[in-house]
Amino acid sequence: MNYTPTVGQILQAKGVSRRGFLKYCATTASLLALPPSMIPRIAEAIENARRPSVIWLSFQECTGCTESLTRSSSPTVEGLIFDAISLDYHHTLQAASGDQAEAARHAAMEENDGNYLVLVDGSIPMGNPGFSTIAGISNYDMLMETVAGAAAVVAIGSCAAFGGIPGANPNPTGAVSVKDLVTDKPVINVPGCPPIPMVITGVLAQFLTFGAIPDLDKHGRPLAFFGNTIHDRCYRRPFYEQGKFADTFDDEGAKAGWCLYKLGCKGPTTYNACATVKWNSGTSFPIESGHPCLGCSEPRFWDKGGFYQPLSTGHFGSGAKLAGAAVAGAALGVAAAAAGRRRQAKFTREA
Amino acid sequence: MQGSAANSVVRPEDRQAVYVFEAPVRVWHWIHALSIVVLAVTGYLIANPLPAIGGEASEHFMMGNLRMIHFIASYVFGIGFAVRIYWGIVGNSHSRELFYLPVWRGDWWRNFWEELKFYFFMRQDAPPISGHNPIAQTAFWLFNVLLTLFMIVTGFALYGEGLGLGSWADTWFGWVFLWLGDAQNVRMWHLLGMWLFIVFAILHIYMAIRADIMTRQSSVSAIISGWRTYRKVK
Repeated sequence: MNYTPTVGQILQAKGVSRRGFLKYCATTASLLALPPSMIPRIAEAIENARRPSVIWLSFQECTGCTESLTRSSSPTVEGLIFDAISLDYHHTLQAASGDQAEAARHAAMEENDGNYLVLVDGSIPMGNPGFSTIAGISNYDMLMETVAGAAAVVAIGSCAAFGGIPGANPNPTGAVSVKDLVTDKPVINVPGCPPIPMVITGVLAQFLTFGAIPDLDKHGRPLAFFGNTIHDRCYRRPFYEQGKFADTFDDEGAKAGWCLYKLGCKGPTTYNACATVKWNSGTSFPIESGHPCLGCSEPRFWDKGGFYQPLSTGHFGSGAKLAGAAVAGAALGVAAAAAGRRRQAKFTREA
Repeated sequence: MQGSAANSVVRPEDRQAVYVFEAPVRVWHWIHALSIVVLAVTGYLIANPLPAIGGEASEHFMMGNLRMIHFIASYVFGIGFAVRIYWGIVGNSHSRELFYLPVWRGDWWRNFWEELKFYFFMRQDAPPISGHNPIAQTAFWLFNVLLTLFMIVTGFALYGEGLGLGSWADTWFGWVFLWLGDAQNVRMWHLLGMWLFIVFAILHIYMAIRADIMTRQSSVSAIISGWRTYRKVK
């Protein structure tokens, strides 16, 4: 068997200082809301980890999730952590192509049977296997084959987690989420369009540290990152409580940085870490840039009416049904009134 | 009590008065009505906030206050309904009429049809029914049992979002989010429920006043005094 270096040795070889490494561990611990006593345990677990094999499958997706992940991968520590994971198969990032690429996937599956992680981005078309194929294999077949020997599956992005944009109405490809198909393995949903890079790597770090599935919410999302709404963690929340709202994108309220609720902000119903972890290495997040939250980490967010319609507005489509019901009601009333009058006229005649 | 004793001996057309609404039912009716008004007004303003007010942000707490009033009223609404269920068990026979529809009874359906004709002015006099008429009973059951339960369940589920995961509201009502899809759907249906309550209030008040004017039975005063009195037939 080949000598496999530990993550700690790899980090050392790449010139990461002990101090920098511990800082990363402390950050991860605080992101996961763990006590400081857990920092040494995280450090120990990551240092001694034996580069778990990871297979990344991309189905009906836009590569935005991979783009998001690589944005954090410039020389930051979490990038190295990801280097330190043995990423054996990734459509966009792998150098191999054709038969060699598929051979690498099969080799990883055989060598690490029962222990490797499968990361999936993109939804799976069930309407017709030919809608999306890789190396001549349909997405469904590739997913089921790869997942068979996996320790766990991580659905990266809203497409893999909930169906996403391919699954949006009218869903022409019959797209479904990973969880709709994989029922015998633990599935961790990391939704977002795309997910926050730190959240992707954070979930992996958590899995590495504890070797177990993190606590998940009702939609299968790790509580550490998806336990609060954007609204509850939003720095503009005080303006909401005070009733200070921007009514248009160019009014005084928008300039003053007031709450974007009336401009369609989905923060109150969206569970994600944007307001705390933020984007682009902690620079900002949509609301901080003056744009309402789209709710991209929630199921079926594409089908929730306009992005700029206030939250509680219904999405029942047109008012045609309502108008039909009103006309039918009026017709019934007129008919009943006519019948009533006829009877009354009869009474009057008889009397 | 006196009402049921009177039922057996006195013919409906000779009846003078029946004690229908016991005190707890009357008190609950008005608490329920008042809390719906408060919940609907604050709820509407939570969904469609007022235009921003001038002055320093620190001088205002508009949404915070609206939400607090909404939450207080929701506890009144929920606990009031729980007490009403209790009274449906221990109260008189009329106190139970809210909670079930006797669809297995042929005369209930006959009266339903006759009452419908009366409502549409296709019949001159109200059918002689003791207690609630079948249409009213159906409306009460749909709006004040089913809809009330729906609003309690969705409302406390949304309340649980604020209290946080693992809170009592989340533990008891967290399943609502899976049932209705997600938090945004729960909000939308909860808001739609408010409109259904408004539809019910319009019909209910119209029917109550209409019954007072067009039938022998007292209606509006009955929910204040508890006694349903009967006017003499001319």
